[in-house]
Amino acid sequence: MSSTPPEQAAPTLSQEAGHSVLTLPEHILEVLSDSGEGAQKCGQSFGAVSAKMGNGAWTVEIIPAEIQPPPRTPDGASGVRIRIGTQKITNWGNRTKLAIAFNDQVLLSRHRLNALADDAIILLDQAPENHDNPQVRQEWIEALEELSSRNYRLIKVPLEEECLKIVDNPRQGKNMFALGMLSWVYLRDLERVKEQIAHQFRHKAKAVYERNVRLLEAGVSWAEQNLDFRFDIPTTTPDEDMVVMNGNTALGLGAMAAGLEMCSMYPITPATSVSHFLSESFDRLGGMVHQAEDEIAAIGVALGASFAGKVAFTVTSGPGLALKTEFIGLAVMTETPLVIVDVQRGGPSTGLPTKVEQSDLLAAVFGQPGDCPKVVLAPSTIEECFHCMITARRIAETFRCVVMVMSDANLATGQQPFKRPTLDPRWQSVQPDLSEVPVGTEPLQWDPETGLSPRLIPGQPGGMFTATGLAHNEGSHIRSDPENNQRTMELRSRKLAVLQSTLKPPVVVGPEHADLLVVGWGSTRGAIEEAIEKGQQEGLSVAALNLTFLSPLQPGLGEIFENYKKVMTVEINYSDELDQPYINAENRRRGQLAWLLRATTLVDVDCWTRVFGQPLCPGDILDVIRGKLAAGGQS
Amino acid sequence: MSENCGTLMGCGVEDERSFSMDDYSGPLARWCPGCGDHAVLAGVQRLLAKEQLKPERTVFVSGIGCSSRFPHYVDTYGFHGIHGRALPIATGIKLARPDLDVFAVMGDGDCCSIGAGHWIHAIRYNINMTVLLLDNNIYGLTKKQTSPTTPQGFASNTQPRGSFLPALDPIQTTLGVTNASFVAQTADWVPSHLAQTLEAAHAHPGFAFVRILQRCPVFTPTIFEEAAMNTDLTELLEHENGVTDEALKGVYPHTLYHDPTDIQEARRLAESSSKVRLGVFYADPGHARYEELRAVPKRTAEEKIALLNAEIDRYAV
Repeated sequence: MSSTPPEQAAPTLSQEAGHSVLTLPEHILEVLSDSGEGAQKCGQSFGAVSAKMGNGAWTVEIIPAEIQPPPRTPDGASGVRIRIGTQKITNWGNRTKLAIAFNDQVLLSRHRLNALADDAIILLDQAPENHDNPQVRQEWIEALEELSSRNYRLIKVPLEEECLKIVDNPRQGKNMFALGMLSWVYLRDLERVKEQIAHQFRHKAKAVYERNVRLLEAGVSWAEQNLDFRFDIPTTTPDEDMVVMNGNTALGLGAMAAGLEMCSMYPITPATSVSHFLSESFDRLGGMVHQAEDEIAAIGVALGASFAGKVAFTVTSGPGLALKTEFIGLAVMTETPLVIVDVQRGGPSTGLPTKVEQSDLLAAVFGQPGDCPKVVLAPSTIEECFHCMITARRIAETFRCVVMVMSDANLATGQQPFKRPTLDPRWQSVQPDLSEVPVGTEPLQWDPETGLSPRLIPGQPGGMFTATGLAHNEGSHIRSDPENNQRTMELRSRKLAVLQSTLKPPVVVGPEHADLLVVGWGSTRGAIEEAIEKGQQEGLSVAALNLTFLSPLQPGLGEIFENYKKVMTVEINYSDELDQPYINAENRRRGQLAWLLRATTLVDVDCWTRVFGQPLCPGDILDVIRGKLAAGGQS
Repeated sequence: MSENCGTLMGCGVEDERSFSMDDYSGPLARWCPGCGDHAVLAGVQRLLAKEQLKPERTVFVSGIGCSSRFPHYVDTYGFHGIHGRALPIATGIKLARPDLDVFAVMGDGDCCSIGAGHWIHAIRYNINMTVLLLDNNIYGLTKKQTSPTTPQGFASNTQPRGSFLPALDPIQTTLGVTNASFVAQTADWVPSHLAQTLEAAHAHPGFAFVRILQRCPVFTPTIFEEAAMNTDLTELLEHENGVTDEALKGVYPHTLYHDPTDIQEARRLAESSSKVRLGVFYADPGHARYEELRAVPKRTAEEKIALLNAEIDRYAV
């Protein structure tokens, strides 16, 4: 991390007191393990239970790129951060206050990333200390030495030893024992925790559930006998029904709520879990997950299904999006509705496959050869992951266009509670009307003003036509004359302007006039808005703007920008910085939204971006805001 | 045929229309004079008329190449796609709408080179469609580049001293893929055989793959010349479950009685290059079909919402 975020006052813990309970508005904790030890299951269960009890929550998974990387390596650390609060939580916060680590090496990875608060409490499995292997013992000594540079409160826990009393293989037990410890520390409702475990192991034998409950209870009881602190993050009973899930599940549920009936995909991290979720239940709703032979076939099948009267969608990530490029052009050219979900990860190429990035924006907007106008939108919360699919399907169908939904790895695995959606039958797509087509109807009967045209579906008598990627006229007949080509490009492009005319200007968070406006898109919204709020509390003149639509951009941006002395974007993608060698204002490569905003508004939009492979921290953003405002008048 | 055709003419109501070959004719085909594609088009239109396929229920899907202009020249629904990708599009159409009669038309570059991955998997999916490989052994539209089926030694613009490698045999390849269910070969210069092969392919419930040897008078005028002129080089595969043509026996001296359910013999025949074999190598309607395995119930919007609400309950706070 580039800077040390400011921390709230640390809790004062009485070492002598038996079970002091400290009441706090929020807390950040992490569970860290080798891959395969279930830290994520533990952490996500904890997050879900917390949300169900009425806490605000946000979880972020820490996932190595391999399934079983070598154990006891910092790079192989697998885990989850959970931030819970009395109020709504919109991002992963700054630094962790409490960590449970299953070994010293995975803990080091978070220490080295400066992810742990200086006064963090660390519960560390002590098994390596007296390990048979002298190398492990030596690593333990060195790790503790390295960790001693901070004021962590390190508590050794006989995690493995206690688990071995219940299971033969502690790798399959530590996570539930840890969940028990956390449940005691944070005063969680044990019945709810057991319900969560029952749900998690619903496909397994009852004995598995029972063993896990024994581990849980052992963790609770060990914590009760050995720990001297507890944290109460008061819950509130929401006045409306709430649900809690991660972004990929929300996308899948949203797809079903939207009446999408075909998800054609090829496995790619971090998008695949959308299809895992859908594969369990989509077919009962009359839908289908088709796992195609490759990324190209995945979109091809979706396009074929859409041509035949459905609205289909495909889910992918950066490398897959690259492969789908030619088919996106075909969908645009044939005006076949299609929804493409891009769960962005670190790039370029294979990049950081399990980590978050927002580097596909320009590829989505401009990444296809030829002029390829399409709609691009980005959910910024888990709730929006659900609702954006309904919007996407409706736009795709109404405008006969491609809609790209830009999620990311942070939203994909992050859990957040939100208001339970009230499903509406009007969200569903209507079944194709196969009635006879009046004589003279053309397959692309463009309205000359809007470029919109009704869709003909195979099965409609009298409507026969051949969709083609070649330049064509209203009849979908191949035409190469200059006037036709110019006019059809205009009409396809016009649809975006028509869509834009139906959109509202985005809403600024904070003052209408200020010294600085911070613009973001997608999953960074929560961190940016939290930073803005803290900044305002410090008296800084700053506001925030989140853009849902990236193509077309929402209207009124130029007018909004005029009300701020400086405008900058904050994004998780790469940009040069002016203090780097050779870099100057002319050759500087900027954040992707910054490029887009500069080009469309002619405002000198600055940017601050990072590609750490992790979500942005509000504290870091606040530092940037302070720096930007301190820099005076020039941008 | 269709389960969801409440609003359709022809469903529940007697469809009194009858269709001639002309009813399936689109605009004038723009292939070169003497191109074998014209003969295939005529053969297909003849099939459509013979089977009285409803134009609005029939979809021709293609990729890119000379042969891929095919859908434009048939007055049915069509999708002229991108290079190599006819089969994914056709798969999507058929998965979404099993009631439609789907044909895929590809060239040898399209199917056997850029689209080879899809080809292998489409054979295995075994979705009910009629698949025509118009194989002229060359890239035509891009002007004479070597294709995977170009004979070894044949000079092209990309391999002017002759094609380096032995040609890929699409029949052998198809027969080698798990779950292949119908594999036949015919030629543009034997119209009656072409017609019967197309009929057998269309009648087959599954992925019916027909390789059509197709002359390109501009770039490969010599490749099929001998096979077309010298009937002694051809062997007809005959069977009551495949193709039988008494009239052709007078023209072609060699006929082999071949049971198309015998895949071992089919593979042996495909590998033996002593003759140009025309007929059905393999046909077995018993293979698993992906679209049948994946059939889903039809749900109204209200049913979906009830089910979805139950789904959302799992995530309730």
